[in-house]
Amino acid sequence: MTMVQEPEVSPEIARTLGVTAEEYERLQRILGRDPNWTELGITSALWSEHCSYKSSKVYLREFPTSGPHVLQGPGENAGVVDVGHGWVAVFKMESHNHPSFIEPYQGSMTGVGGILRDIFTMGARPIACMDSLRFGEIDAPRMRFLIDGVVRGIGDYGNCVGIPTVGGETGFHRCYNGNILVNAFALGVAKRDQIFNARASGVGNPILYVGSRTGRDGIHGATMASESFDSESEQKRPTVQVGDPFTEKVLLEACLEAMRTGAIVAIQDMGAAGLTSSTFEMAGRGGTGMRLDLDHVPLRQPGLTPYEMMLSESQERMVLVAQKGREEELVRVFRRWGLEVAHIGEVTDTGHAVLEWHGGIVADMPILPLTEEAPVYRRPVAPPSDLEERQRAPEVVQPEDLRGSLERMLATPELASKAWIWGQYDWSVRTNTVQGPGGDAAVLLLKGTPIGLAMTSDVNPVYCWLDPRRGGMQAVAEAVRNLACVGAEPVGLTDCLNFGNPERPEISWQFREAILGMSEACRTLGVPVISGNVSFYNETEDRSVHPTPTVGMVGVVSTPGNLPVSSFTSRGDRVVLLGRDRSEHGGAAYLRLLHGIEQGRPPEVDLDAELRLAKLLRRLVGQGHLHTAHDLSDGGFLVALAEASLGRKMGVTVEVPMIGADLYSETQARAIVACEAAVLERVLSAAEEAGVPAVEIGEVGGEDLVVKSGGETLRASVARLHEIWSTALPRALGL
Amino acid sequence: MKAGVVVFPGSNCDHDAYHALKHVVKQDTAFLWHQDEDLQGCDLIVIPGGFSYGDYLRAGAVAALSPVMSAVKRHAEAGGLVLGICNGFQIVLEAGLLPGAMRRNQNLRFLCRDVYLKVERNDLPFTRHFEIGQVLRMPIAHAEGNYEDSREKLDRLEAARQVVFRYVAPDGSPATDEKWNPNGSARAIAGICNERGNVLGMMPHPERCSEEILGNTDGLGLFQSLVESGVEALR
Repeated sequence: MTMVQEPEVSPEIARTLGVTAEEYERLQRILGRDPNWTELGITSALWSEHCSYKSSKVYLREFPTSGPHVLQGPGENAGVVDVGHGWVAVFKMESHNHPSFIEPYQGSMTGVGGILRDIFTMGARPIACMDSLRFGEIDAPRMRFLIDGVVRGIGDYGNCVGIPTVGGETGFHRCYNGNILVNAFALGVAKRDQIFNARASGVGNPILYVGSRTGRDGIHGATMASESFDSESEQKRPTVQVGDPFTEKVLLEACLEAMRTGAIVAIQDMGAAGLTSSTFEMAGRGGTGMRLDLDHVPLRQPGLTPYEMMLSESQERMVLVAQKGREEELVRVFRRWGLEVAHIGEVTDTGHAVLEWHGGIVADMPILPLTEEAPVYRRPVAPPSDLEERQRAPEVVQPEDLRGSLERMLATPELASKAWIWGQYDWSVRTNTVQGPGGDAAVLLLKGTPIGLAMTSDVNPVYCWLDPRRGGMQAVAEAVRNLACVGAEPVGLTDCLNFGNPERPEISWQFREAILGMSEACRTLGVPVISGNVSFYNETEDRSVHPTPTVGMVGVVSTPGNLPVSSFTSRGDRVVLLGRDRSEHGGAAYLRLLHGIEQGRPPEVDLDAELRLAKLLRRLVGQGHLHTAHDLSDGGFLVALAEASLGRKMGVTVEVPMIGADLYSETQARAIVACEAAVLERVLSAAEEAGVPAVEIGEVGGEDLVVKSGGETLRASVARLHEIWSTALPRALGL
Repeated sequence: MKAGVVVFPGSNCDHDAYHALKHVVKQDTAFLWHQDEDLQGCDLIVIPGGFSYGDYLRAGAVAALSPVMSAVKRHAEAGGLVLGICNGFQIVLEAGLLPGAMRRNQNLRFLCRDVYLKVERNDLPFTRHFEIGQVLRMPIAHAEGNYEDSREKLDRLEAARQVVFRYVAPDGSPATDEKWNPNGSARAIAGICNERGNVLGMMPHPERCSEEILGNTDGLGLFQSLVESGVEALR
């Protein structure tokens, strides 16, 4: 047999794996000797930013993570909240930015695959996906290829596994030209007593390996995701994993069936850092040890070294601890589904991970010191030197021609209909989808209960760049508002925190500020953070992306029948604007998209006003008063009104006090609602009671969008606006 | 009536078909495993949508060779009812229970959206609850639904009145382009039956539009038709 010559281990070679001199010394201390090549590889993965959260840990502690409904907060594969009726929701969001930029199709496929495994590993059946995508300017190099690849990858994976992709968001900004963001969210459901965890226990219990064979793909994927890009990044393609949704589907069904046997003690998927993180994390959480016999790891091709086996990120693989004596029951289930099962080791009480191969020991490492004593950094923080300049109030350019400005806004990829994207995702499979993509929040039935689950994902990266604290706050507030538009009470939040290189003080400052803002909003609005993911090093050649702390929020809808939608549905409905209007243009879409101005402080976030508005919306929806509810966000009032009108091509005539550019002001805590004339008084008095400013502004009907403001009248044909809005994205892509 | 829903590795609309049959039209319903040839006495066999065997080789090609399909063929030959939806349609085509083949959608992309269908026959056990010419709104979700056959065979199919559902515009007028015939099917064909009328294959998903709460019940008539037909057959 030919053996690959493994490099001599030294601090210098460690550096090439991303292990600093100081970290190398720490490893020597823990081992009491020099590590060998395999041990060094394992450590480099465990201590990578991606796996260890070493630069983010100190700030993540700020998040409120508990609440009356939280059964599992951050730290497991996914968070768990009780949604009542004996059921729990299990959800998480994760980034796959770096792989998707290198190889968009496989990168986004495996992003979806990984997050789905995180969910079913917990014993929950995935029932919904969302994706939050940030692309660069469409004309930037490779961008059309990236967009097409990412959309196809997400579609091909979720569609095949049969999990509906019910929502998400897509934004475009030049800051992502060199580093796109692909954040995948998945939600699963389970009976309260069916939740599994990943704590290896029971000395002598066998460790089983299930699923795809191990190949050389994705080796050092976790390390790659912990570095910035440079011009050589194309060469990192072999670090991108390759996805197989068919195997995932079979693995999903087989795992859920195997769990029902009661013979599984613990189970975890092999995600980032593959076999390394799954085994170390399981034994670490259980306070046990593990002996692995690497000769039994199923290989795609012969000749993999222990180093490669431990670091491969081949997809669609699971590790589980079986009850000793009952492994045959599990093997039968997996074989019935045509999956390979291998017995690769046992749980021990040594506290060590001992890896055997070819009759010898190739690694022997204490688990807890490596996982618990992983390096933690409090990186220096400093606001960006040009912060004052960024936040200087922008000069507000007045639109010369209101209709023309609206048409131009709706024609930007940023504000145009995203139906071209979500029309390629199966969003109705599983027959739970009450409201799919395109609205403020998606709503799904939870079969077997009278309730529904609502979900949304939100963040405004421009706000976060101008003022990360306020931006973080706004992301949480907007998610709460979106859920309220479908009458949902939030039960938990997951996040995907996408930032640049944390070794730069400006980036660590952004990160800290965003977390402080999010935390404050979470506390005031009563939403615990139950899971999440940090993605640093989103930069290419020292140019960082805008701070993008994506929020995924889930809520409970008590009666999912008769919910309002985000568009106008019925002629004659009265339109009411909720919330206080102010002139706030910092970071607003109007100035950015039409005038190239990206400046000022983002709109103020009044959390008490948000809370009042959300409560009012939930109450009105619960009483069945609303046909339409749509929150005001990017593009302010006028864009929200146009969206409500375009969804079902229904005209509307309104008269409003705002004039000119203020029609695009992005003041928060506002929404448009529409109801039958007969309940208008009830809506207005409920708003008064709730302390939410409310004014009737007009009526649904006709063929045109008509806005009377300050003696001027904007009149636009809905058919024409719809044509512009619905074709802008495919047209920009050249399709 | 007893209904059986076949489960292949990669089926993903099996639970949906089961739900519609068991909980919406409340029939005795069982899952049938792809490796079993025993159809458990089912009167109706549903081949559900999904990605059986990951669509590897060709959509439906591998599943068509499974043990359960031998039994389904015998069931069909004996006059038993078979309904193939989406990937199920692709499988019954590959199994030779219906003529023709599927190509990739015209735009080479997966499409998930509502389409409009015109009912061309209501003398079948699948369609007796519909009117001839009735326009139904139903979702599609597929990447290979572009039905094709030779001109002669398409002529014969139409002459034998085997076209059951055709893509149309919402007002029932012919679908002349991608807007209303989104996958580019020959003669806007969305669903066909065999000569005997006991095997139906269709790309749209009736099981996704059979409940009020999902905002569309246009598919319910198909399941109600089957229930009635099944009950009569038992008498």
